[in-house]
Amino acid sequence: MPTTPMTANELAAHWDEPPDPYPDIRVCLDTGGVAAGARDVYQALREARDELNLDIDIKRTGSLGLSYADPIVVSRDATGQTTVFGAMDADAARLVIEDHVRNGSLLEDRVIASRERGADFGGQPQSAILVKDTSAGKDEDRTLHFQELVQQELTFHELNEQIKVYRALDMGLYEKGLCLQFLPSRVTYAGVSEEDIPRIIEESARSGQVLNDLIVTEGDLQERIVLRNCGQIDPEDLDSYLRRGGYRGLRRALLEMSPEDVIQELKTSGLRGRGGAGFPTWQKWQLTREPQADRKFVICNGDEGDPGAFMDRSILESDPHAVLEGLIISAYAIGAETGFFYIRAEYPLAVERIQRAIDQAHAAGLLGKNILGSNFSFDAKVRLGAGAFVCGEETALIASIEGRRGSPEPRPPYPSIKGLWGKPTSINNVETLAAVTAIMDRGGAWYTEFGSGKSRGTKVFAVTGKARNPQLVEVPMGMPIRTVIEDICGGADSGARIKAVQTGGPSGGVIPREKMNTPITYESLQELGSIMGSGGLLVMDESDSMVNVAKFYLGFCVDESCGKCAPCRIGGFQLLKLLEKIDDGKGKSEDLDTIRDICHCMRTASLCGLGQTAPNPVLSTLNYFEDEYLACVTADAEGKQS
Amino acid sequence: MRPDTELNHLLDWVEGLRKRVREIAREWESEEGNLIMILHAIEDELGYVPRGVANELSHELGVPMARIYEVITFYHYFRLVPPGKHTVKVCMGTACYLKGANDLLEEVERQLKQLEATGGHQGEFSVENVRCIGCCGMAPAIVVDGETHGRLCPKAVEELLKQQREK
Repeated sequence: MPTTPMTANELAAHWDEPPDPYPDIRVCLDTGGVAAGARDVYQALREARDELNLDIDIKRTGSLGLSYADPIVVSRDATGQTTVFGAMDADAARLVIEDHVRNGSLLEDRVIASRERGADFGGQPQSAILVKDTSAGKDEDRTLHFQELVQQELTFHELNEQIKVYRALDMGLYEKGLCLQFLPSRVTYAGVSEEDIPRIIEESARSGQVLNDLIVTEGDLQERIVLRNCGQIDPEDLDSYLRRGGYRGLRRALLEMSPEDVIQELKTSGLRGRGGAGFPTWQKWQLTREPQADRKFVICNGDEGDPGAFMDRSILESDPHAVLEGLIISAYAIGAETGFFYIRAEYPLAVERIQRAIDQAHAAGLLGKNILGSNFSFDAKVRLGAGAFVCGEETALIASIEGRRGSPEPRPPYPSIKGLWGKPTSINNVETLAAVTAIMDRGGAWYTEFGSGKSRGTKVFAVTGKARNPQLVEVPMGMPIRTVIEDICGGADSGARIKAVQTGGPSGGVIPREKMNTPITYESLQELGSIMGSGGLLVMDESDSMVNVAKFYLGFCVDESCGKCAPCRIGGFQLLKLLEKIDDGKGKSEDLDTIRDICHCMRTASLCGLGQTAPNPVLSTLNYFEDEYLACVTADAEGKQS
Repeated sequence: MRPDTELNHLLDWVEGLRKRVREIAREWESEEGNLIMILHAIEDELGYVPRGVANELSHELGVPMARIYEVITFYHYFRLVPPGKHTVKVCMGTACYLKGANDLLEEVERQLKQLEATGGHQGEFSVENVRCIGCCGMAPAIVVDGETHGRLCPKAVEELLKQQREK
C-alpha cells in the first residue's frame, strides 16, 4: 500500500495492475455478515486451510448485498470461475476447504447460482448441475426428488462420475418451477418438467446441445454502478481499490478539468440527490460554489436514519474509498478545504472503515496539501451522530456537527449560502457521492445511458420486510417496482400475497399491489403519494394491517420530533392518539376527517422535512386502504350494538 | 478496609476520572464543535455520562452545564444513568417490527420480570428498543452485549438471555 504521497503517474500505474489474483476465497465481513456469524466462518476457513497446508488466500471483503444468505463465502478457482456459497457456518466452511478447494466439488444447499447465464456450452464438458424447485413454499422435497431424477438419468448415461448434481440455495429465478444450471457454462433451464429430464441429459449434458425451449438467457437485471466494488474488494486495503481504477475520477477532475468542468460533467450526467428529495447534484454544487467566503465545507450525510434501510451502511463498509473520492471531488468543485463524514454512531464498522480510508488516503497523498501535485488541498474528518432521526435533515445535521442539539432551522437561507459555521456548505448523501466517483471516471454521458426521463442512473434499494429474499439491489431507474420485488427478490416470503410495498420510510408512503407496475422514478413515486426516499423498500403481505403500519411510522416520527415547531410536535402527537384509538377499535368515522385535517396542517406548516412528511404514511394508507380504517371503525360500532 | 483508606481510594478514583475528562477534552481542544465527540468518548469509556463528569467538562470547556445537558438529553445515544451489566437492544426497525419485534421485546421484559421475582438483581440487564441496526435481512434481530442475533423467535430469546447470564 502506498505510504508516501503518490504522484499522478504513480497513481495511474496501479490501474494497470491485474485485478486481485486468484484462486482465492473471500468472506463478506460487513455488519450483516458478521451478525450472521461470518467471523466464525472466516476463522474456520483459515484453520482448515492451515491444517491441510493448502496454498490459498482467504480474504476479507464487503457485502455482496445478499442479506438473506449471510454469511457468504465467495470462492474463485485457478481459472477464475466464481462460486458463491450462502447460509454458511463453521462446519460448512471446513467443507469448502476440504471438498471444494481440494477436489473442486460443491456443497449441498449452499450455492447461489449465478445470474449471469450462459448462451451455450462452448464445446466444453460440464462438471456440475445445480437444481432447485423455484416455487414458493416448502420446496425442499420437490428439489430433492428433482435431484434424484437428474442423478438417475446421469447414471443411466454413465455421466455420473463426470457431472455432479447439487441442490442450490437460490437460482435467481422465482415461480419458474424446476430450474437447473450447468457449470461451468452457466447455461440455465427453467420450467423443466420431469419428462424433460431425459432429453436434457442426453442432448445437453452428453452432446452439448442447448435446448431452446427451456433456456433462460435473460441476464442479471441489476446494474452495479454504486455497488461496483462491494463484495469485490478488500475495503480495508487501498491497493485493492486502486487496482479497480480507484481515484481515476479524482485524477481526471484535478488534473484535466476545472471546477466548472466538473460541475458541467455532473449536469450532463443528470445525477440527483440519492438521499430522497432528488435535488440535482450539479445545482447544489453550483449554488455552493458561487458565494464568496473565506471557508467552505462539504459534508457526506451518512446519518441513515430510515428504519429498514441499510444501503449507506453497506456502501461505507464495503467501498469506503469510493465515497471518500466522491467527497474530495465535490470539495474541488465547490472550493472547500474541509469535509466531514457525519455517520450514525450505530454503525461502528462503517465509522472504522471510513476513518481507515481517510488515514490511508492521507499517507498516499490523496488527502492533505497539494493532492496529486495539484494546487488543491483538502482534509476530511469523521463526526458521529448520536441517535436522532431529525439529524438527517440538512440544517439539523449542521447543528449536530457544530456540537449542538439537532434542531432544524428555517430555510432559506439554504446551507449552500449559510451552512456549517455560517459558511457555504454542500451536503451529499453517501450513495450520491459513490455515484459521483463513477461518473467522473466514466463520464456524464455514459451515466445517462441508465435510467428513465428525469431520473438518470441507478438507485440502490434495501428490500426488506416480507420479501422472500431480503437484499440490497441496484437497478436502473425506470424499472417497474414489480420487477425488483418479484423477479430479483422472489416476491413475498413463503408465497403469500403482497398487499403493498412501502418506500421512503417514515417520510414515504405505501404503494398498493395494483400499482406495482409503476416505474421507479422520482416523479412517478411522488404521483402515487410516496417518495423515492433513501431507498428502503419494504414488502408487506396480506397479514399486515395498514393501520398498524401507519401507526408504527407515525410513532417513529412523534418520538423523533425535535419539538421546535407546533404543527409537528402537537399535530403528530394528536394524530398518533387518533390512530391508536382506531387501531384499538374505538375510533369513529369522523376521526378520519380529523386525521386528514391534521395531516394537511402538518404538511403545510411544519418547519422541516420531518414534520412536513410525517403524515405521508398515514395519508397514503388512508388513500389506498380506507376500507381497513373503516373496518376498524365499523367493527367497533357493531360491537357496541351487540 | 479502614474508612479513611476507603475514602482515599474514592478520592483517587475521582481524581483519575477528572484527569481522564481533562485528557479527552484536550484531545479535542482544537476541533470546532467538539462537544458531541467528547461525550461519545466519555460514554465509550464509562457507559454513561455521570453528572460530575458533565460538571467537570463544563469547567474544562467553558460551556454552561445547561448546554451539555441539552445535548445529552436530546440524543438517544447518551445516557445519564449507568447501564446494566448486560445490555439488550431490541431492534425496532420496520423490517423487525413487521416480523415480530414486539413479541421479542415482550419476551425480554417477561424474562427479566421473572428473573427479578426469583431474586435476580435489578439492573443486571438494561433493555432498550433501538432504531434500525441495519440488519434487516436477518429480522427480527436483537443485540446482546454488542453481539447481534437475528431471525429470532421469543423461545430463542429465553435461551439467549440464559446463556448470557451464565457467561
